[in-house]
Amino acid sequence: MVRWFTLVGVSQATLPLGSFEELAIPHFERLYNFACWLTQDRHEAEDLVQETYAKALRGFSSFQPGTNFRAWIYKILRNTFLTSRTGLKAAATLPLDLEGDEEILPTAKGTPESILLQRSDSQLVQQALEQLPVAYREVLLLCEVEEMSYQEISATLAIPMGTVMSRLSRARRALKEAVRKEQSVGG
Amino acid sequence: MVCDAWTEKLDAYLDGELPAAEARAVGEHLRTCGACAAESLSRVQQKRAVQAAGRRFTPDPAFRARIQKSIAGRKSGGWKRFRFPALAGAMALLIVGAIFVNLNRGRRGERELMSELTDLHVATLASSNPVDVISTDRHTVKPWFAGKIPFTFNLPELQDSPFSLIGGKVSYLNQSPGAELIFRVRQHQISVFIFQEQALGNARPDAVQTALSFNVRSWDQNGLRYFVIGDASAQDLDKLSELMKGAR
Repeated sequence: MVRWFTLVGVSQATLPLGSFEELAIPHFERLYNFACWLTQDRHEAEDLVQETYAKALRGFSSFQPGTNFRAWIYKILRNTFLTSRTGLKAAATLPLDLEGDEEILPTAKGTPESILLQRSDSQLVQQALEQLPVAYREVLLLCEVEEMSYQEISATLAIPMGTVMSRLSRARRALKEAVRKEQSVGG
Repeated sequence: MVCDAWTEKLDAYLDGELPAAEARAVGEHLRTCGACAAESLSRVQQKRAVQAAGRRFTPDPAFRARIQKSIAGRKSGGWKRFRFPALAGAMALLIVGAIFVNLNRGRRGERELMSELTDLHVATLASSNPVDVISTDRHTVKPWFAGKIPFTFNLPELQDSPFSLIGGKVSYLNQSPGAELIFRVRQHQISVFIFQEQALGNARPDAVQTALSFNVRSWDQNGLRYFVIGDASAQDLDKLSELMKGAR
């Protein structure tokens, strides 16, 4: 085994480092998941991911080696989504208060009957996430599911850090409300 | 309310985005303020719930295959990414390919060999008569093998070591006769197999490896092939190997 890997190591040195495939494939499953949440349709998600990879490959020479590939490819995916028919429709439903407001509003404390979410409320949370405007949904997913830093989210969404924080704050409040609504609907 | 300043920082704190000093301060506050601690708990639970709910969609394997195919081998739009000329890359691939095929043959043979040896070792462990010659020192064991196997070997002095020689028996590998020596170290039993090189067949054994849950060491010496196999620690096996190699 040792000999084989050493040989492979030697041959690797003659292939280009950081090839597109090496960098891009590891993100495939997460990109698909994110695409599904954005498009809310599996077929569209597949098309979106496919187009993202094609665009990323075509534009790879513009990628600075050593910089954040993940933020770069997520940005491509998101931009591709926003220019698609579904994306344009979704963008049109952006609440006006999302435009450029960097103020972090104080968050209302939970009511005495604070809703504590259990893991079993997964379906509830999924439904609530689906109800959110896409701008809130995407920032929550990038933060909680993709575990991107504020810096990365800022690069992916091309918004300032301050906006990342205020949007997250609003998104979280909106989600809390949406969950409350889903719970009351469910009875 | 006095806690507004703290709750403003709570999201950043929970997202791990606060600088260390500020994070410590928030942590301290949470330890003393019940209301903020409750709010913090509620937010953490929402974070976790979003994470769990968000990991929802997995792609179809057929789709994955399509994507991989569409980008396979494509490095970039330009040649500037190649450190060496493409020809060197192609040559390297051919050489690697040839070696891979060669190693693979050896790999198959090696797998069979390892399988065989572990079977022999396990059989010895399980047997109620694990040895044909019992000994606690090398002077009985070595001469016993004379006439039973077509070679001789040396056994090390074990007095100052944690190892003891239990005994030995004749063993066969690929119809080639050889020796199995059974050593004990603390609670572990180690088999040392010695065969002639021709017993290996196609196999190219690695010097260090594991087979099932056993550690294995292997080397050539004087036209003989040695295998040390057991569930003792790597260090024990290394030590025993060194002793065997140095035996006169």
